Amino acid sequence: MKNFLRQLYEGLFTNNPVLVQLIGMCPTLATTTSLENGFGMGMAATAVLICSNVVISLLRKLIPSKVRIAAYITIIAGFVTAVDLLMQAYLPDLSKSLGLFIPLIVVNCIILARAEAFASKNKVIPSLVDGLAMGLGFTFALCILSTIREILGAGTLLGHPLFGDNFQPAIMMILPAGGFLTLGFVIALFQKILKKKGA
Amino acid sequence: MSFTELFSLALGAILLENFVLVKFLGCCPFLGVSKKTETALGMGLAVMFVMTVASAVTYLVNKYILLTFDLGYMQTVAFILIIASLVQFVEMFLMKSMPSLYQALGIYLPLITTNCAVLGVALLNVQNNLNFIGSVVYGFSAAAGFTLAIVLFASVRERLEFSECPPSFEGFPIALVSASLLAMAFMGFQGLKIF
Repeated sequence: MKNFLRQLYEGLFTNNPVLVQLIGMCPTLATTTSLENGFGMGMAATAVLICSNVVISLLRKLIPSKVRIAAYITIIAGFVTAVDLLMQAYLPDLSKSLGLFIPLIVVNCIILARAEAFASKNKVIPSLVDGLAMGLGFTFALCILSTIREILGAGTLLGHPLFGDNFQPAIMMILPAGGFLTLGFVIALFQKILKKKGA
Repeated sequence: MSFTELFSLALGAILLENFVLVKFLGCCPFLGVSKKTETALGMGLAVMFVMTVASAVTYLVNKYILLTFDLGYMQTVAFILIIASLVQFVEMFLMKSMPSLYQALGIYLPLITTNCAVLGVALLNVQNNLNFIGSVVYGFSAAAGFTLAIVLFASVRERLEFSECPPSFEGFPIALVSASLLAMAFMGFQGLKIF
């Protein structure tokens, strides 16, 4: 149990996939224009990550190491297709606003990296927890970024206006340039916090 | 498609809707292998080749296999497998016939499989209902836009190495801030319209 809590803590903070490992940048930058989108993307990726980690861990002794990457990608692509179709059916609005980035979860480096670095070497339960921890870490980073960008760029949070009518949102923040800028500042802040803790 | 249509498609993919700086496709290699201009250029050229061929092959597979047999839902799975095997094939082909180029591109080739710009362009070709020539032109010019962005960014980063910045910003964060400035510069192309 203690191990699981440590895995969760690592996934969320000290080994956060986006803010510390610096992988999975495309969806991080592209879908964080509003908190709803960011959270939706994080949850979709978490679902795929947990499922693929479990299946890959189950099959880890059967997959020959020469074709493992192709095998992992096929497994991941299967789950992504399932998530894509489910979202189209039950969450059509979210699915439309995330658009291309749902099928692109297949090539999200976080998922393949966890398959290669963790699930292919560990038992099922730790792999499941690892998928959950990394997925939540990804969602956590996406929520921070999208909250900042939505408040500054649109003056709203989850679609509710936060300021009076006179507020002029800085539209730049929800454009691509603002995405890079926000991520740069958040990672700098994270490095500062981690350095302080380490010292 | 007429020549002018193709031209505006290509110009749009390179400047107006640059894959990296406007659409956020292919950010991982953009941020990962942009420390040196030469490696950035090598990566760009390899991506250009794979994306052009992948656009052609995925178009044919989608039209003559997936749509003919009503298997549209298999798109993601089929496309990623095509891209993965294409990259593998290119790697083996280059190793046999052009060893010098293979050595130069070596480590970047396998990375292209997980470059989301490649899968992205295949899916966008289907979404935008482009025909065969349109798909190939779009794939090539999108990759050219990627190359342009990564080479520009790499030359900025080379200078960044020698500049002073606040300690928390060192390394990755300051690179992201400069990427943001580059993206802002590309926003200037938004007003560009030929027709």
